[in-house]
Amino acid sequence: MSYSRRQFVKGGVTAFTFGFAAPQAICDIAFAQGAAARNIVVVYLSGGNDSLSTIIPYRDANYTTRRPTIAIPAANVLQIGTDPSGVELGLHPRLTGLKSIFDAGRLAIIQRTGYANQSRSHFTGFDIWGTASVSNTSGTGWLGRYLDTQPSPVDPLVAWNTQRETPRPLMARLVGVPAITSPAAYQFSGANTGTEATYERTAQTRISSHIPVDRPHLAFVNSTTQAALSTLDRVATVATYRPANTYPTNGFGQALTAVAGAMNKQIGTKVFWVQTGGFDTHATQGVNQGAYFNLMATLGDGLKAFYDDLSAQGLLGSTLVLVYSEFGRRISENGSAGTDHGAGGNMMVLGGAVRGGIYGSAPNLSLDPANPTLENNAGDVKYETDFRSVYAKILDSWLGSNSVSVLGADYRSGAPGFI
Amino acid sequence: MLEHILRRMGFGASPAELAAWKSVPIDTVIDRHLNYESMTTDHDSKIGRPEYVGITTSAGRPFSPNTLINDARQRWLFRMIHSQRPLEEKMALFWHNHFATAYSKLAGAVGQERATRLMDNDPSSLAGSPAGQIQVLREYATGSFPGMLLAMAKHPAMIYWLDSQLNTRTRPQENFGREIMELFSLGIGNYTEADVYAAARVFTGYNWQLVGDRASNDTSYYTFLYRPNDHDTNAKTFTFAIYPDGGKTIPARAAAAGEQDALDLILALARHPATAQRLAQRLYKFFVNETSEPDTALVNAIANSYLGNNYNIKSMLRTLFQSSQFRDPANFFQRYSWPLEFVARAIKETGWTGYSVNSAMTPLTNMGQQLYEPPDVNGWATGPDWISTSSMLSRMNFSAALAQNQRFNLARDAQPYRGSSDRVLEYMLARFPSMGFSTPATTAMADYLRSTAWTGTDAQLQARVPGLTRLIVGSGEYQFN
Repeated sequence: MSYSRRQFVKGGVTAFTFGFAAPQAICDIAFAQGAAARNIVVVYLSGGNDSLSTIIPYRDANYTTRRPTIAIPAANVLQIGTDPSGVELGLHPRLTGLKSIFDAGRLAIIQRTGYANQSRSHFTGFDIWGTASVSNTSGTGWLGRYLDTQPSPVDPLVAWNTQRETPRPLMARLVGVPAITSPAAYQFSGANTGTEATYERTAQTRISSHIPVDRPHLAFVNSTTQAALSTLDRVATVATYRPANTYPTNGFGQALTAVAGAMNKQIGTKVFWVQTGGFDTHATQGVNQGAYFNLMATLGDGLKAFYDDLSAQGLLGSTLVLVYSEFGRRISENGSAGTDHGAGGNMMVLGGAVRGGIYGSAPNLSLDPANPTLENNAGDVKYETDFRSVYAKILDSWLGSNSVSVLGADYRSGAPGFI
Repeated sequence: MLEHILRRMGFGASPAELAAWKSVPIDTVIDRHLNYESMTTDHDSKIGRPEYVGITTSAGRPFSPNTLINDARQRWLFRMIHSQRPLEEKMALFWHNHFATAYSKLAGAVGQERATRLMDNDPSSLAGSPAGQIQVLREYATGSFPGMLLAMAKHPAMIYWLDSQLNTRTRPQENFGREIMELFSLGIGNYTEADVYAAARVFTGYNWQLVGDRASNDTSYYTFLYRPNDHDTNAKTFTFAIYPDGGKTIPARAAAAGEQDALDLILALARHPATAQRLAQRLYKFFVNETSEPDTALVNAIANSYLGNNYNIKSMLRTLFQSSQFRDPANFFQRYSWPLEFVARAIKETGWTGYSVNSAMTPLTNMGQQLYEPPDVNGWATGPDWISTSSMLSRMNFSAALAQNQRFNLARDAQPYRGSSDRVLEYMLARFPSMGFSTPATTAMADYLRSTAWTGTDAQLQARVPGLTRLIVGSGEYQFN
């Protein structure tokens, strides 16, 4: 995981360091980049989401026979109509919030996304989705490469990672993405109080401002400290954000609250990374309650609160949310009422500019080994839409970037028209 | 040199420990750390005694490090600070990262008490209960690597962590079979997908069972169980040699004898040159230098010590610690301190009277390293990946809280130098060794001490000496080990 980052520190720390703007210039940049600028919120479902339980082909007889204990009954799904191939689909019963966004025409569901010879490894899979490359999975991430195209000097808050570790997709050559798990906890505390504490902060800022070119690793640490200290005050304003509606109290809901707060306070962030875990459901997924039901509650309720919040503030039009996971799961349930690692899955995109609806065709779950919508002896879903074409659409049509250069190849042709 | 050795083979030294080691020849310092078997194991008996760092019990519960995970975390940090066998704890941490297993998945399945036992049970705490995973790693810390691999494959914590209990003859499940090759031994690129499927079949039948007073979470525990009926008795063929004669096929065996399959595979994995290289590289980065390309000659020497000495871990460590590279000043401070290393060393160098290791638990989580909770089976992302804006804030704020807590001790220690702020600074920079500060940085510290006119009064010492401590311990320069 960390190899490329080491390489980056060795090869590019000087550029990284001086890519940061001086603190006094930051507010101007943030202002210039503007609140009206479009942003993207990437929601990663960690562990490999069982797409067939999210978007359910509930009339497919094989769906029920291959999942005797975990199939969602047709009577319970939230029907969303038929896909272009005529398959009737329903959302998981707990996704009532997403259903209302779908009904409002602001949720796009892209079925059977993935890539050829899909990896069943969490780590390799995550890195392939992150780098947008199946051959060089230890390089920079696709969002990181997008950030690298931002005009210098780059505001450290151009991106915001709500996780502690920098995920592969955000790894950049020139930009270090701040990790801000909680705006309220993102502060500098003193060994003393009052004026004495102010002296400490002044001194710590001066000490970290020394960026020695002959000691690149120290330069990296000090510039990270600088980025932290120079963004504290703006992040503190985000901590004062009080949404008008109620978000779930879980980590996902709180992370989305912070994202909405950053938008509300107009701090200029363009890329947000949010994730929620627990999707590696090898056992006891459940049906109308249980593990998967709870995952859907977390996902659906969080996104709905976020959507409503932005909608009420008039910020929906500048926001695009992309939801994905590193792989879909095996079609047939395993002996433990769960599902093992599979291949193709669904991506979802929502936002004010999104053309909602169902894109791509559902898999036919027939066990015939020649079934063209499946692979691995009809064990797993075969991809129809390359995930990178979805990235390409977002880069080109939403972020105004150049997907061919950011992704390193041309994936535009297969892109569904969700924007 | 001495401080370097104490940092690398342990977690640094308190001023008193440093003074005690000063008169000991360097070779002896290394030898005593490496061959720690003769050193006492009485560290746990010191827990709760006033001259050592404190612990904090949960409301209404006695200190329960075998059944409450937060208490287990406190016990382990206590050992890192006070064990007379610091290398044992250092290696346990290294192996914890290598065989990364997370408590939360276990607790979700079996509850906190049993899950805590699975992670780090001390067998003497309950008759019949087996050692927890980390305790097993301590026992094998410098011993036989194939022995350790087998102990991990059979440990109930690992069984559940990587779903071995679901891996059966009729429904093979590849989770453990893949990771033992990808992460625990060979490394990616040295095996094929077919090998993964074969390895999964090798471990079919490996399971766990609940033993003891099943009605009680406190007095029941999990042990390994081999279920012959679940074992795949067919032959398994690999792409690499399983046997010294080059044979690549584990023969078909009766179900009752099927456990032998795993022994054959594990020995083959341990013998494989890719495993030797991988372990040597990881040890090199952990103990010598991770900021530049590894010294190939030393890595090869470490790997050869392993291959030539029955896959023994201490042979590798001996080669490493006795090498000239280990003592080369060019390699000093060329590792990013893991959060646990940073915290333990900061406590040892700052002082601990009246400080509880419990106060370090939330900061450690925010720095990205909660004990018994690696992010996934791949372990923690180390090196530069420890460093982010929020983790640096956590490191700085931990330094501030620790210094605040120790303000009277720190101020007292600085009293002999109170006549001049520059002498105080000089003393403090010597007390907290680092890669060395530039002149602008030390000027900033000197200016800090004189934020208002220097008087050297007790009141000023009690504000500025802790303030200076947090500046040094929270600096970039101090984050390297």
